[in-house]
Amino acid sequence: MEKGRELLIFERSSPGRTGVRPPTADVPEVDLDKVLPKGAVRGDIEGFPEVSELDCVRHFTRLSNENFGVDTGFYPLGSCTMKYNPKVCEDASRLSGFSRLHPYEPEGLCQGALELMHELEGYLAEISGMDAVTLQPAAGAQGELGGMLMIAAYFRDKGEARRKVLIPDTAHGTNPASCRLAGFDVVEVRSSRDGILTPEAIERLMDDGCAALMLTNPNTLGLFEDNIEKIASIVHSKGGFVYCDGANLNALMGVARLGDMGVDLVQFNLHKTFSTPHGGGGPGSGPLGVKKALEPYLPVPRIRKNGDEYSLEFDRERSIGRLKAFYGNFSVMVRAYAYIRLMGAEGLKRVGEMAVLNANYLKERLKGHFHLPHDRTCMHECVFTDRLQRRYGVTTLDIAKRLMDYGFHPPTIYFPLVVDGALMIEPTETESLQTLDEFIEAMKRIAKEAEEDPHLLKNAPHTTGTARVDETRAAREPVLRWTGSPPTNPDHCT
Amino acid sequence: MEKRGFTCIPHTDEEIARMCGVVGIASVDELLNVLPGELRLTRPLRLPEALSEQEVGSLLRDMSRRNTSTDDCSCFLGAGAYNHYIPSAVDHIISRSEFYTAYTPYQPEISQGTLQSIFEYQTFICQLTGMEVSNASLYDGASAVAEAVLMAGRITGKNHVLLSSTLHPEYRETALTYLEGGGVSSRVLPYCPEKGTTMIQAVEECKDDIACLVVQHPNFFGSLEEIEALSRAVHDKGGLLVVAVAEPLSLGILKPPGELGCDIVVGEGQSFGSPLSFGGPYLGFMATRERYLRQMPGRIVGQTVDRNGKRAFCLTLATREQHIRRARATSNICTNQGLSALACTVYLVLLGRKGLMELSRLNIAKAAYLRKRLLDVKEISAAFTSPCFNEFVIEVDGDPEGFLEELLEHGIVGGLSLGRFYPELDRHILVTATEMNTKEEIDRYGEVAEGLFARSIEETRR
Repeated sequence: MEKGRELLIFERSSPGRTGVRPPTADVPEVDLDKVLPKGAVRGDIEGFPEVSELDCVRHFTRLSNENFGVDTGFYPLGSCTMKYNPKVCEDASRLSGFSRLHPYEPEGLCQGALELMHELEGYLAEISGMDAVTLQPAAGAQGELGGMLMIAAYFRDKGEARRKVLIPDTAHGTNPASCRLAGFDVVEVRSSRDGILTPEAIERLMDDGCAALMLTNPNTLGLFEDNIEKIASIVHSKGGFVYCDGANLNALMGVARLGDMGVDLVQFNLHKTFSTPHGGGGPGSGPLGVKKALEPYLPVPRIRKNGDEYSLEFDRERSIGRLKAFYGNFSVMVRAYAYIRLMGAEGLKRVGEMAVLNANYLKERLKGHFHLPHDRTCMHECVFTDRLQRRYGVTTLDIAKRLMDYGFHPPTIYFPLVVDGALMIEPTETESLQTLDEFIEAMKRIAKEAEEDPHLLKNAPHTTGTARVDETRAAREPVLRWTGSPPTNPDHCT
Repeated sequence: MEKRGFTCIPHTDEEIARMCGVVGIASVDELLNVLPGELRLTRPLRLPEALSEQEVGSLLRDMSRRNTSTDDCSCFLGAGAYNHYIPSAVDHIISRSEFYTAYTPYQPEISQGTLQSIFEYQTFICQLTGMEVSNASLYDGASAVAEAVLMAGRITGKNHVLLSSTLHPEYRETALTYLEGGGVSSRVLPYCPEKGTTMIQAVEECKDDIACLVVQHPNFFGSLEEIEALSRAVHDKGGLLVVAVAEPLSLGILKPPGELGCDIVVGEGQSFGSPLSFGGPYLGFMATRERYLRQMPGRIVGQTVDRNGKRAFCLTLATREQHIRRARATSNICTNQGLSALACTVYLVLLGRKGLMELSRLNIAKAAYLRKRLLDVKEISAAFTSPCFNEFVIEVDGDPEGFLEELLEHGIVGGLSLGRFYPELDRHILVTATEMNTKEEIDRYGEVAEGLFARSIEETRR
């Protein structure tokens, strides 16, 4: 029998099976009709699966074989910092004193957790040059929202109506979305031909109706915003704040501090810079650091240290309130804390340096084979395009798909939007020279294949369990859950 | 002494030199000259020295021991975070690094594992809630409520919302934070002091043009809300009904909100396979009617085919999202709770139809027993008359904080004192029982409580 696609778990159901048995009741059973109101009890849950533990384990093990992670191979997804996640950090997060701690236990019973959080706040403040940090945001985008809400609250307090935020055209999509959600209008700033912001562009747009400039440094082209100090002073002179999206902080650790460049707020993506796993799309964690002027607006609760005792402070008059329930994605913080202790000051600096070296090495060795729109020293990532391959009818998408046949995860594609057909490559510091060389070899061969046999690329991938997926059909005829109808082509299912 | 390397950075000095040669620089430092000199950090970061893996392991173990886990006490806390048993297979599966070291499945051909499990997750959420479409997850129950409120605003074009006072106070606070930017006003509806449920009359009497009403079911007090009546009331006003479910295990036994006239169901999925972890990461879920699909925030996975006609899955309907729509997106959410959604899926697969119903019944039975045992104590009474699932509010004759502190001396975390959230409930405690609380433990809670009150009476006499 041909190896086909793993069935949906609902299609494996066999009535009467179970994968886990709840304990036998040691208290009297209740008569539901007596304890619940009439009509409150639900009927059968139609389609709910019934499988054994082995059915379940095999199902998900097979599914995992259809997945690609950092542990599988090189994953140079630009702006996502897919670095290796040390295993000891995983183990630490699973210690029962952390994982089985209820958030409403009295403070006296949570001193270890509060201490860890308090210290982590301090480390992040030191790394970024900020005055205060909150760990509450669940992900980078929530950190951005929190920061923008704080800026809004600040100006509301001052009685200033500032409705605009300046955002460069190279920004992540979350930036304008977060600003909008915080009630601001977004004004796009065009980057120069060199791919960075110029003081002139900011000077032209910055006025006393602007609350902030929200930039990313290094930016999504992998370039350091050289003019940052000058730009920050223009923004400050007009009374605005500089928010930095910290998604690309990996390049700067120990090398330079955003707070020293005039940045007033920055969010940290612990799942990028601090090596906590990406989980197939989260959970992440997006702590937010701010300068003194904004500290009163940080979300509640704050962690306080009195002598050797830690406590939570809830009453803060000017706080923006809460961004989520409880205190943030705690087990992600544990991993990041363990990572920082593992690396120490010297190690984190080395992270930044080697991330930059790896990206520049890739850039040097690939240019000539692929079009490099900004040929200058990059930071943690570099951006190529498909311009040289397009004459053979081959696009960025084809190149990305063909990379899978060589055992690599493709880079980020078609982003940043300002580069047509972008291939955004972020190797991270955890990759060895040998891995980089293998990737470069694959890219060079793909460039050759594009020339000699474009169909090979157009039809890629050829070696994966699933061939190229029809994404248009998914959007045109949305099927978003299993409803019991048979699979589209049962011959292909085992 | 020879310089010590870092396990997570493979570069040898010789390799660094070779790489620098290719780049055309003499040293890495030269590479960093791209940063203006005055911006370079000239001192080492003030952070502790690097530790070995072994040392990090024991450091963290020591810190974890300065906490009291639910293993080391009798815990009767709930209030949005529930102490449930997690079957071993859950952690084994989510520990497969093919799952946890992947990112958002942008490349479907090598992400079918993540994509199919999210598709199964979406199916589960629809089955449990009685809804038609679900997204791939949101951060947590609180932010899911906030997203639902904003979504209701987009659907109805109205900008006033009603939040029940029996909605988890931290969900309410979160919703208010999110509403700050959108020019949406809100009002908190009172609860009926006898029943501990939302005053339906307050909805009926509302004069404003409302986008939605948000109620929690079972509510923060553990009481079951009268969803159908609330649904009629809010629909009469032209608004939507948003039901928040903080304890989704209740859906194993209670009629799903989708069958009770609800328009958007959101909630907290922590009960399904996520550890307590001091409050996170948890799992926000959201489901709605098909007609509101385009207004739903977050990632969505859809079924399609690959080039060979074989069933396949991919992220879809991305035109709602920030990476395409930018400032006009339905939300700013990008990274969500992928691994927590996987844990939820595995958990539900293991329990299955029968297991889920059995476990729900067991929770009701445990809470009923705890309730009876505590109400046997003369100084403890029930605060509300409404039926409940696995938690309820008691009123103690005395200071609840002092009562809880004394319980702590006996290794019992007796519940959550409500005065912090509801000043008028200054003698009230929210207590919860799950399958993790044994009969013996519950009996001991009752006995110790009796003893405490007896002692305090004696002391007063003296």
